[in-house]
Amino acid sequence: MRCHPFHCFPILFTTMKKEDLPQDPGALDKFTREVCYVKNDDGKYETVLSRGWEVKKDALDSAWVDVNERIEDARQAVIRGEKSPIYYFMELRLMDITVLSGYTGFFGFFIKRHMKPSVFKVLSENKLAKYAQAFDISVNELKIFKG
Amino acid sequence: MIQDSQIDAFHHVQTAHCENGVTTALLRYHGLEFMTEPLAFGMGSGLFYIQIPFLTVNNGPAISFRTMPGAIFNRTCKSLGVEVKRKKFSNQLAAQDFLEKKINEGVPVGCQVGVFHLTYFPKEYRFHFNAHNLIVYGVEDGKYMVSDPVMEDVTTLSREDLTRVRFAQGPLAPKGHIYYPEKVGVISDDLIRKGIVKGINRNVRDMLRIPGNFAGVDGIRHTANHIRKWRDKLGLKKASLYLGQIVRMQEEIGTGGGGFRFLYGAFLEEAAAYLQDERVAVISEDFTKAGDMWRASAIKMAGIYKGRLTEQKDFEDVADMLVDIRGVEKDAFQKLAKLNLCK
Repeated sequence: MRCHPFHCFPILFTTMKKEDLPQDPGALDKFTREVCYVKNDDGKYETVLSRGWEVKKDALDSAWVDVNERIEDARQAVIRGEKSPIYYFMELRLMDITVLSGYTGFFGFFIKRHMKPSVFKVLSENKLAKYAQAFDISVNELKIFKG
Repeated sequence: MIQDSQIDAFHHVQTAHCENGVTTALLRYHGLEFMTEPLAFGMGSGLFYIQIPFLTVNNGPAISFRTMPGAIFNRTCKSLGVEVKRKKFSNQLAAQDFLEKKINEGVPVGCQVGVFHLTYFPKEYRFHFNAHNLIVYGVEDGKYMVSDPVMEDVTTLSREDLTRVRFAQGPLAPKGHIYYPEKVGVISDDLIRKGIVKGINRNVRDMLRIPGNFAGVDGIRHTANHIRKWRDKLGLKKASLYLGQIVRMQEEIGTGGGGFRFLYGAFLEEAAAYLQDERVAVISEDFTKAGDMWRASAIKMAGIYKGRLTEQKDFEDVADMLVDIRGVEKDAFQKLAKLNLCK
């Protein structure tokens, strides 16, 4: 027997009222509260400020767990000599090829090549400078990978 | 000093969503005191749903719960006969000079920016997202005075920081995009009513009659069908992350909760008062229900990305919930269509 999905959340059968609005502190807490539209006692909409909602916070947290794993994987790949530091810094700055292409002006095809350690070794200073600028680091930090 | 009086005249408006906020604050500044966030959102036909095919954003599905960036401002202004000026730049210096000139003239302007380098945002929210909007309304001690609609208070940005976010790169790169109302005519109640009706009818069209199966109410079912396959196709871990991405899009700062559905409910409530039409207020309830259902689905999805729920059945449940939401929204828009509002 399959239960109707909403049976699991009886509280949500009733519309969210002002007093039901979650106030779970999250990443925004020291920054701002956010406007939410809720029903007041007269059944009319009004705005209330919320400190956050746990469901949202968890979604954001799980995204960051993933980001940090990707960065760590990239770091290991550079140490193993499989990828150039460009790959690591791209992940570190939450970029993908499209975004990096925008910041450097290089086509994706070339960026993928520059991620090979052998190609990276012979990159001109000029190109390295463009990457360094995109990543907000110095050329030396890019060249000498400290992990 | 003329500039000071202009700065005094600009009032920061905090809203759920940035583009609504920029629209509301700029129009109010130009004398349209009646403008509210729900009204701007509804006249701009802001409610939408789309899962953009073949595109991934931040390594997840590209889903949006609202219409395309820039449309709300454009449509709302156009409905009210407000002439809009927009400009994009290839040259950063030209973009700086133009902004400087407008600010010196005492004109608050809307700017499209990327959030990755937005210094006053908390780090956790700074992904490469380029369709954020804010208002620059003055300059003080060499810093730009910024009214960001999602914030409780105004803030500032240095010249360099502002240029940097105005020239963020990647999808939807802002290219220094700047916009502001240029000419505002006389606005009668009749014009407002017409704008509301037009906004509703266009939203009905976008949600019910848009071609393809990945947008409008059918888009919700499209995503539901994907969700049923994600666990087998992507593995539990990636499938969970994808659900997290849906919730982030739906409940991100700037939605007012419920994937903009509560906001649309609030709009219909206001619309009912303008149109003197109780039927519109009744349909508002349907959107409140849809908003509640979106939030319920987010709770279920959270169970999965928190690792509490792991079975295929849980994914099926989420998909079923989305199919139910599609039903409610389709029904609500059909009711709106049947009202035959024309004024």
